[in-house]
Amino acid sequence: MKLLLSIAITLLRARFKQTLVAAVGVTFGITMFVTLLSFMSGLNHMLDSLVTNRTPHIRLYNEIRVDSVQPILLASKNPKAYHFIQSLKASNARKEIYNANKIMNALSIDPRVVGFSRKVSSPVFFNDGTIDISGFMNGIDAEKEVPLFHFQDYVIKGNPQDVKNIPNSIIVGKPLAELLFADIGDVVQVTTAAGERFQLKIVGLYQSGLADFDKTQSFASIATVQKILGKGSGYITDIQVKLTDMNAAPLIAKEYGNVFELDAQDIQAANQQFETGTRVRNIISYAVGITLLVVAGFGIYNILNMMIYEKMDTIAILKATGFSGKDVKRIFLLISIIIGISGCMAGLVLSNLLCRAITHIPFSSAAVPTVKTYPVDFNVSFYVIAVLFSLLTTWFAGWFPARKASKVDPVVIIRGK
Amino acid sequence: MAEPILTAKNIVKSFSDPIEFEVLHSVNLEIQKGEFTAIVGKSGCGKSTLLYILSTMDTDYKGSLSIDGERMTGLKEKELARVRNEKIGFVFQFHYLLNEFTVLKNVMLPALKLNKFPLAEIEAKAMQKLQVLGMEDLAHKPAFQLSGGQKQRVAIARSLINDPIIIMADEPTGNLDSKNSQVVFDTFMELSVKFNQTLLVVTHDNSFAQSTGRIIEMDDGRIVNETKNLPLQ
Repeated sequence: MKLLLSIAITLLRARFKQTLVAAVGVTFGITMFVTLLSFMSGLNHMLDSLVTNRTPHIRLYNEIRVDSVQPILLASKNPKAYHFIQSLKASNARKEIYNANKIMNALSIDPRVVGFSRKVSSPVFFNDGTIDISGFMNGIDAEKEVPLFHFQDYVIKGNPQDVKNIPNSIIVGKPLAELLFADIGDVVQVTTAAGERFQLKIVGLYQSGLADFDKTQSFASIATVQKILGKGSGYITDIQVKLTDMNAAPLIAKEYGNVFELDAQDIQAANQQFETGTRVRNIISYAVGITLLVVAGFGIYNILNMMIYEKMDTIAILKATGFSGKDVKRIFLLISIIIGISGCMAGLVLSNLLCRAITHIPFSSAAVPTVKTYPVDFNVSFYVIAVLFSLLTTWFAGWFPARKASKVDPVVIIRGK
Repeated sequence: MAEPILTAKNIVKSFSDPIEFEVLHSVNLEIQKGEFTAIVGKSGCGKSTLLYILSTMDTDYKGSLSIDGERMTGLKEKELARVRNEKIGFVFQFHYLLNEFTVLKNVMLPALKLNKFPLAEIEAKAMQKLQVLGMEDLAHKPAFQLSGGQKQRVAIARSLINDPIIIMADEPTGNLDSKNSQVVFDTFMELSVKFNQTLLVVTHDNSFAQSTGRIIEMDDGRIVNETKNLPLQ
């Protein structure tokens, strides 16, 4: 094997330029493959995090709905009869979560839960002169929202902790603030659905990147929202849960829904379109990357084929002096794999440099205020995939010419001259 | 008489392209150790075809072939390659060195393939073979820089490296001028006389053939005449 390797290397050195061209093909393929995947994955993560960072893995709440057990069903008369009830309305709908404290105690000892935060949300009107702008007011635990849901990343002006520290304060979405001609320090008037009016001081501007969302959202402390709704301190409408494993969310959501007798929505159900988008983008980048490598493979195939035609004499003499067809095949496979490995190594280094360069290109978008340069995902698995795939391609690209070389009949070559 | 080195029985070779055509009709041949045999004949009489069958490179024939008491007919390609490596040395008309390698490496390659001796020993042996042929000064030159006569002598050195029981040559002087032909012929003569090397040479050079120990004349796919010269001095 060592002998075959030394023959392969000698043949390669004799055709250094061709070898280089073939290797550069692989290098290019690998570079583009890894760079493309890293860049795409970086963008995917960024786009996904727009949603996933802000979205709880499981949201526990009470949906307003018609009671499934209507009074007439409880009547013992004619138990087998079917009741037609028309024009049902939900009544006494309470958005409040019952036994919120017990649920939170249960969550805090559940090992699958990283953390949770309470929330009180309510539709409100923001009054600007004679115009009412409808929106939502969310009462949040600032000290829990920050570590669990990256709340501080989206408060582009002001301090998120201020909603807790300053009484009657509010953080509003940036587009909403623009509509209201308000900035930090200004006071806005909020009207609740029940008609109560409150003056709240803006302490921060919020921007999540989803413009329509930002136009309607505002955040205040839980106590503030409870106060404007005229509710007690036990009034909670949502519990947002962050899990250790996001993928387990659908199952755990189902379990919580049953145990706590609440509506539980998992992140996958809430954001299906994002997962679809991510998958499609991944498929596209893999397809392009693999195409590049296959093209590089064809380059190797061509050059090896040419080499075999040039080296017919060499092959014939090797066979005449006692090298078997298998040895000859191995020599040409080795040539191909050497081209593949050297091209691949160079490609890995180059792609890493290219990725590093990309992370320095400025990127500013109103949608992602925290990102200043293009995101790149330096994931080792892309490099591993690239190495495996390039070895596979070069092996196949080498195999067919090598088999051809092994079948060369020395008699034909030696006599045919 | 001792066991012959090479025995060929009823060798029939036919080409089927474009029409069925028999080029060798039941050829029988035995070669004894130390014999210097020349096969002569007109162009197209089948002498080269016979040589390539005897050399085990051409396996598409009928009949049977044994080398050194071992039956070759029906052996696998890999086995035949081993036999060629170990027992047969080749010299061709077009000297066929590997241009990518140095002269020394060219000579060493069959021994490296055989892999019986350590590298240093192979190298020393290759140098010694080159010395026999007066080529030791050129050992580290790339093969393509050599002249035709020099290449042919290197090819002979290569054929000797594994101490083969027989050396086969196909028109070894066919592509050389008379001076170089003489050198090659003298080399063969020396191998035969000094080292009692068995040689089988296909040639159409009559003066070459006349000086060998045994002349086999072929015509139209048959051995038509065989002459034994006086034993060489």
